[in-house]
Amino acid sequence: MLKVEDINVYYGAIHAIKGISFHVEQGEIVTLIGANGAGKTTILHTISGLIKTASGKIWLNDENITTASGHNLVEKGMAQVPEGRRVFAKMTVQENLEMGAYSRKDQHNFQADYDMVFDKFPRLKERRKQLAGTMSGGEQQMLAMARALMSRPKLLLMDEPSMGLAPILVDEIFSTIVEINKTGTTILLVEQNAHKALSIANRAYVLETGNIIMSGPAKELLGNDKIKEAYLG
Amino acid sequence: MSYFIQQIVYGLSAGSIYALIALGYTMVYGIVKLINFAHGEVLMMGAYFTIFGIISFNIPIILALPISMVLCALLGMFIDRVAYKPLRNAPRISALITALGVSMFLSNFFKLLFGAEKRKMPDFPALKGGYVFGDVTIPYKAILTLVLTLVCLITLQIIVRKTKVGRAMRAVSEDKQAAQLMGVNVDLTISITFAIGSALAAVGGVLYAINYSQIFPTMGTLTGLKAFVAAVLGGIGILPGAMFGGFLIGIVENLTKGYGAGGWSNAVVFGILIIVLLVKPEGIFGKNTREKV
Repeated sequence: MLKVEDINVYYGAIHAIKGISFHVEQGEIVTLIGANGAGKTTILHTISGLIKTASGKIWLNDENITTASGHNLVEKGMAQVPEGRRVFAKMTVQENLEMGAYSRKDQHNFQADYDMVFDKFPRLKERRKQLAGTMSGGEQQMLAMARALMSRPKLLLMDEPSMGLAPILVDEIFSTIVEINKTGTTILLVEQNAHKALSIANRAYVLETGNIIMSGPAKELLGNDKIKEAYLG
Repeated sequence: MSYFIQQIVYGLSAGSIYALIALGYTMVYGIVKLINFAHGEVLMMGAYFTIFGIISFNIPIILALPISMVLCALLGMFIDRVAYKPLRNAPRISALITALGVSMFLSNFFKLLFGAEKRKMPDFPALKGGYVFGDVTIPYKAILTLVLTLVCLITLQIIVRKTKVGRAMRAVSEDKQAAQLMGVNVDLTISITFAIGSALAAVGGVLYAINYSQIFPTMGTLTGLKAFVAAVLGGIGILPGAMFGGFLIGIVENLTKGYGAGGWSNAVVFGILIIVLLVKPEGIFGKNTREKV
């Protein structure tokens, strides 16, 4: 579904991503784990077109999207839940969801999608008219996920969905990710919480300063001594 | 008392024009954090286009105005593309200085094209006179000004609050990257914002010409600056703030003139700017909103 081939990304003189390749197959949950600054967010930003690659190719469903305009990718079936949630604070929950559906061609046919996201996140239904900026961090994370789902993505990129949330909420978010995946959405998950991410993912890539240093089935990595030492504490 | 009310009527009429222009400043600031000092010149060009339409091509004003709005919208987008877009990621001061440059270029360019002298706006017999209530006269010009302004304000509110493009504008003004991740074409949305702001300035320019019966290449400079004060007074970036600020500046200015201190009216208006910046720099409608992260 998604194939990244040997991409290099620079921030000025800094070589942030050094020739990385990986792929995500239809129906999978794939996770990129690694410490702060390893390049996880940069990779997601590159895939969504916010940052340009210096070299390499990115394929979405056999279409080369390396140089595609970022705003066209939602239409092609890709959505992102960005790091730090980035909900539109001065808009209501409802308007945030409408923004999520911005690229949809069927602009007036959202009822089924509202039902779907409100079913997953009942709290949002109560807060429909509330400004997103006045909600708690957990609620904003739910909104960011619901907003991304409104575009009916085939591939969902999630950047640190557990960041800054209480443990009980983290569990809730992760079980929601599994649920979303079960309904047919492929997921690429970037996480610092390696243990949680590995426990729900099919496969994983371990990132260190712009390189992939290890990859394999998530269960294997969860039992790997090196990984345990470096990321699982 | 009736004298006071009369001044308020004039103030509302002048304030309408400030409000229309202030909206352009505030919309552009809201979306690209730039004080577009060339905005006053767009108002001037709007007035010139309309008058040339009327005089040279014999177009009725009812057609000349929308044509001028479209031309100004295109010009506003053009100015953004040529002058500001290349500086989108540059320090804000660079874009600000560029805006001052564009402003000077345009007013001098029009001087070169049409001469510096004032041109007379054609008279509209239908707009002579007004409704008389005792000692207070409400000129037809003032009614036209207010009505046209209110139509523009309401239309703008509907666009910004209720339409898809309005939601995109608000999303881009909050978080460009997040908006792009929703599939919003950020550059196009910024262009649309310039276009709408410039079209409103064209209306402001035409109303100015109708009310003061004259146009000249630097007409936008002082009017634009006062509208900028209005936008800051209401809270830059906040649409209702710009409307309110515009009307308030118009009223204050006319009261100053009406009560024998006409020579001081500009000083009072810019005095307000200084006071606002000292006391409440975020403006009347501005809030130091605390948002949970």
